[in-house]
Amino acid sequence: MTAAVALRRLARPRRAWFVAAVLGAGLLAWPLLRGRDTLPLGGAELAGAHRFLNGAFEAVDASRNSNPVFLYGFNYLRLLLDTSTTFVQGLISQPAYGRPAPVLGWLGVTALATAVAWLAGNLRVALLACLGFVSFGLLGLWTEAMDTLALTLTAVFYSLLAGIPIGVAAGLRERVHRAITPVLDFMQTMPTFVYLAPLTLVFLIGPASATIATMIYAVPPVIRLTAHGIREIRPAALESGISLGATPAQLLTKVRLPLALPMIVVGINQTLMAALAMVTVAALIDAPGLGESVLQALESLDVGTAAAAGLAIVIMAVVLDRTTTAASVRRPRRRPWWLVTAVLAAAGIGAYLSFIYVWASTFPQAANFGPYVRRAVDAADAWLLDSAGGVTDLVRDRMTAWLLNPFQTLLTDAPWWWIATVAVAVALFGLGVRAAVLVGAGVAGLLVLGLWQDSMVTLAATVVATALTALVGVVAGVWMGRSSRADGTIRPVLDAAQTLPPFVYLVPVVGLFGATRFTGILAAVIFAIPVTTKLVAEGIRGVRASAVEASGAAGATAWQTIIKVQLPLARASVTLAVGQGLIYVLSMVVVGGLVGAGALGYQVVAGFSQHELRGKGLAAGLAIVVLGIVLDRIMRAAASRAGAQRA
Amino acid sequence: MRTRVLALSGVILLSLSGCGGAKVGEQGGGGGGGVSAGGKACGTVNLAVNPWVGYEASAAVVAEVAEKRLGCKVEKKNLKEEVSWQGFATGEVDAVIENWGHPDLKKKYIEQQKVAVSAGSTGNKGIIGWYVPPWMARKYPDIRDWKNLNKYASLFETSESDGKGQLLDGDPSFVTNDEALVKNLKLNYKVVYAGSEAALITEFRKAEKDKTPLIGYFYEPQWFMSEVKLVKVNLPPYKEGCDADPEKVACDYPPYDLDKIVSKRFADSGSPAYTLIKNFKWTNDDQNLVAKYITQDKLKPEEAAAKWIAANEAKVKAWLP
Amino acid sequence: MLDVDGLWKVFGPRAAAQVGTELSSAELKRRTGCVAAVRDVSFTVAPGEVFVVMGLSGSGKSTLVRCLTRLIEPTAGTVRLDGEDLGTASPARLRELRRHRMAMVFQQFGLLPHRSVLDNVAFGLEIRGTARAERHDHARQVIELVGLSGFEESLPEQLSGGMQQRVGLARALAVDPEVMLFDEPFSALDPLIRREMQNEVIRLHRVVGKTMVFITHDLNEALRLGDRILLMRDGAAVQLGTPDEVVGAPADDHVRDFVADVPREQVLTLRWIMRPAGPSDALDGPSLPPETVIRDAVHTVLSADRPVRVESDGSLLGVVTAAEVLETIA
Repeated sequence: MTAAVALRRLARPRRAWFVAAVLGAGLLAWPLLRGRDTLPLGGAELAGAHRFLNGAFEAVDASRNSNPVFLYGFNYLRLLLDTSTTFVQGLISQPAYGRPAPVLGWLGVTALATAVAWLAGNLRVALLACLGFVSFGLLGLWTEAMDTLALTLTAVFYSLLAGIPIGVAAGLRERVHRAITPVLDFMQTMPTFVYLAPLTLVFLIGPASATIATMIYAVPPVIRLTAHGIREIRPAALESGISLGATPAQLLTKVRLPLALPMIVVGINQTLMAALAMVTVAALIDAPGLGESVLQALESLDVGTAAAAGLAIVIMAVVLDRTTTAASVRRPRRRPWWLVTAVLAAAGIGAYLSFIYVWASTFPQAANFGPYVRRAVDAADAWLLDSAGGVTDLVRDRMTAWLLNPFQTLLTDAPWWWIATVAVAVALFGLGVRAAVLVGAGVAGLLVLGLWQDSMVTLAATVVATALTALVGVVAGVWMGRSSRADGTIRPVLDAAQTLPPFVYLVPVVGLFGATRFTGILAAVIFAIPVTTKLVAEGIRGVRASAVEASGAAGATAWQTIIKVQLPLARASVTLAVGQGLIYVLSMVVVGGLVGAGALGYQVVAGFSQHELRGKGLAAGLAIVVLGIVLDRIMRAAASRAGAQRA
Repeated sequence: MRTRVLALSGVILLSLSGCGGAKVGEQGGGGGGGVSAGGKACGTVNLAVNPWVGYEASAAVVAEVAEKRLGCKVEKKNLKEEVSWQGFATGEVDAVIENWGHPDLKKKYIEQQKVAVSAGSTGNKGIIGWYVPPWMARKYPDIRDWKNLNKYASLFETSESDGKGQLLDGDPSFVTNDEALVKNLKLNYKVVYAGSEAALITEFRKAEKDKTPLIGYFYEPQWFMSEVKLVKVNLPPYKEGCDADPEKVACDYPPYDLDKIVSKRFADSGSPAYTLIKNFKWTNDDQNLVAKYITQDKLKPEEAAAKWIAANEAKVKAWLP
Repeated sequence: MLDVDGLWKVFGPRAAAQVGTELSSAELKRRTGCVAAVRDVSFTVAPGEVFVVMGLSGSGKSTLVRCLTRLIEPTAGTVRLDGEDLGTASPARLRELRRHRMAMVFQQFGLLPHRSVLDNVAFGLEIRGTARAERHDHARQVIELVGLSGFEESLPEQLSGGMQQRVGLARALAVDPEVMLFDEPFSALDPLIRREMQNEVIRLHRVVGKTMVFITHDLNEALRLGDRILLMRDGAAVQLGTPDEVVGAPADDHVRDFVADVPREQVLTLRWIMRPAGPSDALDGPSLPPETVIRDAVHTVLSADRPVRVESDGSLLGVVTAAEVLETIA
């Protein structure tokens, strides 16, 4: 406590000086200590914690048939989820109810989707939905796309069923909010690979496991944003309700929920996107659909086929994203009833035709343009490999030698206690006692998990990837924020980069850059740039026009306006953007492991694949969570401190 | 306006139903048409499909025979190996058609839990080892002996290998002793994990195309071998028990007799499909051929299987109950 | 009608222990970390009265009005509505009182953006459980009363600020309360609209005759609307009186500064400037009652060539000459 007070009294320049001194002393000591106590662990070796976790897995395994929680609770849950998914599949994707085709064929689904998009959004979105759904058929992936849609919709339905009430509770009660936040962080940073295999033990192989795996990753956004929406309601609206004598229940249903609805819809949007991001991973436990096509194509390095399926996923994501985004905007005017009736009738006719007639049920084989897409992608891939080889090698080797290797060596070759001391001291002098405790706990966690050196390799890659993401994201984001034409051009590319399953571009990227750590970083940067860029652009656009005008009136150049006005004023958004970029980079650690980044990501994948390594895989997953939570909290603390100083 | 719209939609409905064409379910059962009288005896077979093409080739052939000749209904489940084995315990998987060793899983599910049994060899021989692209074997013939590897270490240096030679390991599904081997054979190499089979194959394909040096962990049967015939480097030969202690191993990987594993329940059910799976046996060349149909001729697995079955009637006959 | 007695609201740790404190705000904050938003305020609002609470921002007036309907829980003191203690009312009873007897109009309007004007106005009735047709019927009447006919189906965001506050006003009126509480309702509006809305309140007060408690930081608004004015500073009541009492006899220097710029001739009555008739005064000039606002008397006084007599019920209270009037106006 006294230390905290003393620290708070330190003047700011003094504080910076302390941090610099700690870092300087640490760097001076580094050559002397190099190579000691680095805690390496070979690929097949296990630490104590890993054996312990293996034992824990065995114990759960053994009790599966006797534990009442498994026998009753989980079994009914599984039954419910299996039945729901199969039901939706029967509606749109799989033969059911004694018919050789699903209840609704392509025409019916397309017509319904278009009508829903129009009702929830507008004509533009409806057109997009119509084209999007038809394109699934044109790509020759209608059934696969509908399987994916069925699974996604089921998972999202149950995510909302569980997530919105929890979000409301968290929005109303600060204590609930504080209790669930770390759980949500955990759910979002824990790599899916870690819990995929255990899930199939509990929920068996089938739709239930896939749905639950998807839900674990997809439910946090809707909870967070519902809570946010509930908490951010203007007090005047609430007070007016209370002052008119509304009961708590009336307040919730008539004031809070309607007012939070736009934010809840944003949450639904993000949950949908997250669920789609799980399509490929869920395919690892037999989830049907586009993910399965991607994975199977990957087995034989069939880039074209994987790309066609990936394209369908991107299209589905864009359609769902634009529709829900349009739905979150409040519309002033209601539509005339006869128009609504006509549209619904048209959709109904489409559905009816697709129920009855083959031509409206099964997408015509003659209109399958999938092979052309595949061949075009293959040709583009081959051309890229032929023409870009030398340049990519150069880029990779320079980046690795000048940026990644020195930084990684600094972390991996140092004694663990040296890193711990420097990190805790920097946190203490730079950010205060609480940050120091957090860093200390993080170090302790990594030590207990027995993957210190792997954690340091991943940490180095994560920091480098985040820095690159921030650099590109800020540049592109400023550009987008200043020019709506740039926004219009870049945004679709970002959407694609964000929703295209990494498995699709894994092969071309490895072809270009080899199975290296740099390739892992590149995959992470590709995935993280969109969110960072969008948030920066959002922040730049949010800067008051008057400030920009004043700057222009004072004779500032565009560059000066950006550096001295727009970026500083958008600082909060930029910080948030980089923080989110970091989280996204961390969520790609596992994919990095698939393309040669090694370290924690590889351990997670190996744990998923090899029985003896599953304890180690879980430990690696936990280490990723530890890194994520510590880095995220530190960044937030640094941002709020910087904000406090400026104010 | 509104009446016009309603009238218009009515007209559309009428005209569409008038010229509707074929109705769903009219043309003789469609997809579910194959179920014959024999189906009752066989029932459903849950076949795990592990994620590599060779496995898929075997699974496709077995499934095709089971469906067309025995009238079974085959449910293919795309699963990784460990999850497949879990399926024996939960009753969701009846058979794994190509198993690479996995003594730990055998111990757990066959010996301890007694939910699975072996159904004998597939006839495929699994080989694991270190391979180089063919151009290297031609240019440096003596590289095929491990004793010369240190001589060439500098060739294999990459951004990942800390100044040593890079030994590229692959799919995390495979057990590897490579770190111990490098240490115990005193090789100046560093093991780098490509992380996935796709990454490994991409690297080998590039190495052969661009004539760049590469040495890595690989295995046969593998469809890629029919595209680029990688050359195996000879490590100190395997002797029974030389790999007992994973820390001290200094010999080549053992040859694997790839086998089939089925659930105990399935084995006891007397299903004709079980007999088929038990009898199923073919050669590495057979599998590579079907794998080639799938990967290079871009046939669907069932088409590839049908093509091979048509040409190998005698072999198929021998499997039938 | 509404009795407030010894009301305290203290925010901060161990708030109850600070009730009765004599410390200044700054001192209280430094020593205990508490803020006393309302300090020992007492007053009684008569039926049909427009009672204005006036003070600068941070003076505690918004907290005070929220204490009246327990949107904020008072720390000490009582609030009685027709003799019933609100402080001890059960949640259900409190809801009952809010539904039927008190209604509030807010500075930020507090409209529900997803509902039409009609449904916003009917909101209080809906909460009470009034059937849909009936509440819409009633809401339409109130909408007409506040002059918003034709906008029933609009959404709030399509209306101007002044119109939005008319909706807020209508919503409060719709439940037909006995007491209407206004929390700085017109602060967010521009001056022209504000004036128009003040006239609207005056007109409505004449039509419906509700008891009103009106919070404002605008002195002119207070003087225009208030039957009586309670002046607050730092949470405490500084002065309670009619508009001309506040302007004519400020309780302290602070209030004096505050009212210094008020056009006194528009607020003060002859009572405030008359002087006792002296021997030299001719007492045959025109006669005016003492409640006459100076502005209205200017013409009479200046055009008369002798002092104007201020008379009530035939008895002479004093006289006013051009000198007194000019002194006030200058």
